[in-house]
Amino acid sequence: MALEFSPETYKKFEETVARYPRKEAALLPVLCLAQKEFGHLGQEAIEYVAQLMGQSPARVCGVVSFYTMLNTKPIGWHHIQICRTLPCALRGAEKLTSFISKTLGIEVGQTTADGRFTLSEVECLASCGTAPMMQINDDYYENLTDDKVTEILASLK
Amino acid sequence: MEKILLRNIDVPDSHTLAVYSSRGGYRPWEEVVKNITPERLIEEVKASGLRGRGGAGFPTGMKWSFVPKDSPKPKYMVCNADESEPGTFKDRLLIEKDPHAIIEGTLMAAYAIQSHTAFIYIRGELVFGANILERAVDEATQAGYIGKNILGSGYDVDVIVHRGAGAYICGEETALLSSLEGGRGWPKVKPPFPATHGLFGCPTVVNNVETLAALPWIIEHGAAAYAAIGTEKSKGTKLFSVSGHISKPGVYELEMGYPFMKFLQEDCGGVSNGRKLKGVIPGGGSMPVLRPDELEKVNLDYESVQAAGSLLGSGGVIVMDDATCMVRAAWNLARFFAHESCGQCSPCREGCHWMEKIFHRIEQGEGRKGDLELILNVSGNIMGNTICPFGDAAAMPAAAFIKKYREEFEEHIAQKRCTVRME
Repeated sequence: MALEFSPETYKKFEETVARYPRKEAALLPVLCLAQKEFGHLGQEAIEYVAQLMGQSPARVCGVVSFYTMLNTKPIGWHHIQICRTLPCALRGAEKLTSFISKTLGIEVGQTTADGRFTLSEVECLASCGTAPMMQINDDYYENLTDDKVTEILASLK
Repeated sequence: MEKILLRNIDVPDSHTLAVYSSRGGYRPWEEVVKNITPERLIEEVKASGLRGRGGAGFPTGMKWSFVPKDSPKPKYMVCNADESEPGTFKDRLLIEKDPHAIIEGTLMAAYAIQSHTAFIYIRGELVFGANILERAVDEATQAGYIGKNILGSGYDVDVIVHRGAGAYICGEETALLSSLEGGRGWPKVKPPFPATHGLFGCPTVVNNVETLAALPWIIEHGAAAYAAIGTEKSKGTKLFSVSGHISKPGVYELEMGYPFMKFLQEDCGGVSNGRKLKGVIPGGGSMPVLRPDELEKVNLDYESVQAAGSLLGSGGVIVMDDATCMVRAAWNLARFFAHESCGQCSPCREGCHWMEKIFHRIEQGEGRKGDLELILNVSGNIMGNTICPFGDAAAMPAAAFIKKYREEFEEHIAQKRCTVRME
């Protein structure tokens, strides 16, 4: 069965498009809606969004592949994103990454076998004064220590 | 010093309209929309000496004045809340703690150029901040500060909070506009400038969060009061984000011209763990690093930092102690730029990856004789040869690290290992 938005999401899609002076400007918010609904933006989702927006799938694919927050492949339920840029690196980001990697038994870029966690390294998240830090899905976790991370991961299981 | 930008942030519930109004919020906007002409507003902001706080330091009133008054096209105002510069987290603080000041400033800027649609482009990762901004826009709309016939003035403006989706380059104004048009975040050739050919080819102004947040205070206290603060050419106050090896990291508001070493030692408590200072990047990750001996006479204003060989940029101060491996630090930033290059211009697309690879092999103990010249050569070939300032932003820090810590790089290549370890 072809992918499509639920009626609620479709309503949100229409409202989103209506907010903008031109329809094409709504592409990023619509892709975010689609990612939320479908989990990731695979070929089918891209084609569906392209059809909704009246654009070619190739163009939409070009946009999707440009932005780091848009995932073309499935990711874990909890997406752990550790900032690796200089201010965080100066305050122990690498040790933090190794600790989480060891705790979860996966390398950066991998997802746990149960599909719960994906571990990624990302660039600066504008949280340098509270380094090291990570983002899990929508939330920031700052001033991290091994103990704090253990607690956070346990709370997510 | 009286706080201008951080005046509200310590007040409980400072993000709500109730608290913001109780502290005089939106009164300047009411004054502007009812009693001040757009021309007078532009003159007032010019007179204040306010310069763009995103990094370039361009005079704000002047930027507004480039928008043609007689254009038949719609005009757009964009607040740039895409804060992504390594070491910079000041806008995030304002977004989370004082969203109404940003909105009030955005409304004023929109009014100055007579735009009826304003966007706040916020980086996608800041979900918490975007929710706060959206709620604040709703509150301000319900209170009649945004919408049709605002406070009976006959002026209309709509404010749309637009979320990005993860791309450093979208902080560059023309890339931001490409992104807002629903495309890849690709910078555009300037000229033409956004003031005449911006969003959808229409006249557009893009201003940074911090720039806009200063406007309500300037209108309330007058341009002269703002211009009385700071130095001859760098007026007012500026936010500095301090990170790295420092005792008290955080966001500080300082009068322009404040002595750098005094700031680091007294306000920020000095280098952490009692270590010695090795270097400071004064204006975010894309600015050249400065050694302690170069910092002695530096003051925190555009001219003084430039005279010392770096730039004030976004005010992202990254502090490195004497246990920092500068090869590793340089590689880290080179990797950042290699990751974030948008891929349009070949000098940047290829050059950033080459610099990253060479720094990495030196760091890994596999550096070759001539590698430092090679990086300087690549960096020199990127400088000035790209559509947008990203190329320079990648090239400048790479060259500065080598020029200023050359012995350490040579040692690294000769010994095939690191002689200082980054903690």
